Amino acid sequence: MTMTESLVDFFRMGGYAFYVWWSYVVVTVVLALNFVLPMLRHRRVRRDLAQELRFADRCDEP
Amino acid sequence: MWAFLHRFASPPHFYRRAGAIAPWLGWICLGLMAAGLYGGLVVAPPDYQQGESYRIIFVHVPSAWMSMFVYVVMAGASAIALIWRIKLAEVIAIESAPVGASFTFLALVTGSLWGKPMWGTYWVWDARLTSELILLFLYFGVMGLYAAIEDRRTAGRAAGLFAIVGVVNIPIIHYSVEWWHTLHQGPTVTKLSAPSIHVSMLVPLLLMAVSFKLFYVTVLLHRARCGVLERGRNAGWVRSLLARTEPE
Repeated sequence: MTMTESLVDFFRMGGYAFYVWWSYVVVTVVLALNFVLPMLRHRRVRRDLAQELRFADRCDEP
Repeated sequence: MWAFLHRFASPPHFYRRAGAIAPWLGWICLGLMAAGLYGGLVVAPPDYQQGESYRIIFVHVPSAWMSMFVYVVMAGASAIALIWRIKLAEVIAIESAPVGASFTFLALVTGSLWGKPMWGTYWVWDARLTSELILLFLYFGVMGLYAAIEDRRTAGRAAGLFAIVGVVNIPIIHYSVEWWHTLHQGPTVTKLSAPSIHVSMLVPLLLMAVSFKLFYVTVLLHRARCGVLERGRNAGWVRSLLARTEPE
């Protein structure tokens, strides 16, 4: 069996490619979102809080 | 022990520690996941009955385990928050909910994609599937309750109580396959006698399970850092933290 043949065989998953690969795609997407969204949220929270702080400081000045 | 716990539970300390630990856990998780995927998709032989379709097991079963594990953590943290009034415990409970809901969703979707070729249907009102669907709604309940109540302290307490009451569903999910003999198969790995799965399949399955667990901890630390920042917006440590890193 050549390299390409065994690769094609691997992706065919014995005829179950649709079910197997969609499972793995959905898992990858959901886990990636779970990982990325808190990162973005962290950045946003820090930016917002810093802005609030600057605003409060300005208000404190006479 | 108590002194250590109290120190770790103090928001500034937690924020710093969690930020230092999370990347390490993340890399270990990624490594284990890569090994588990290689073992599961490439090394493990096809199943003698299900052929290649059984390879869904390597994401389905860890997701399902995590869906229950995260719920127990959430309920436990809620109890700690209600009894000892530890703010960090409440943050951990609330921030666990979306991650747990994600795992539950994944368990349901991958199970459905596995059910179609093996059982001939994407969905059936089997005891295991139904109780897992209820678990998803319990997570939504906790998240919705927390989001719907204006006062943050009341919201935290209400969501926590809801989480604790819902824990009754966990043993129901676990024993559903024994109490009601509907379609879903019984446990293969978590039974008292030796697991009825070959070691070439068991090893990648356990690798995936551990990496999913580490994934949860990593994401939880990230989320909880956001949570303590948001709650401590007026605290001195947040002000000094932001003042130090202002020019970015």
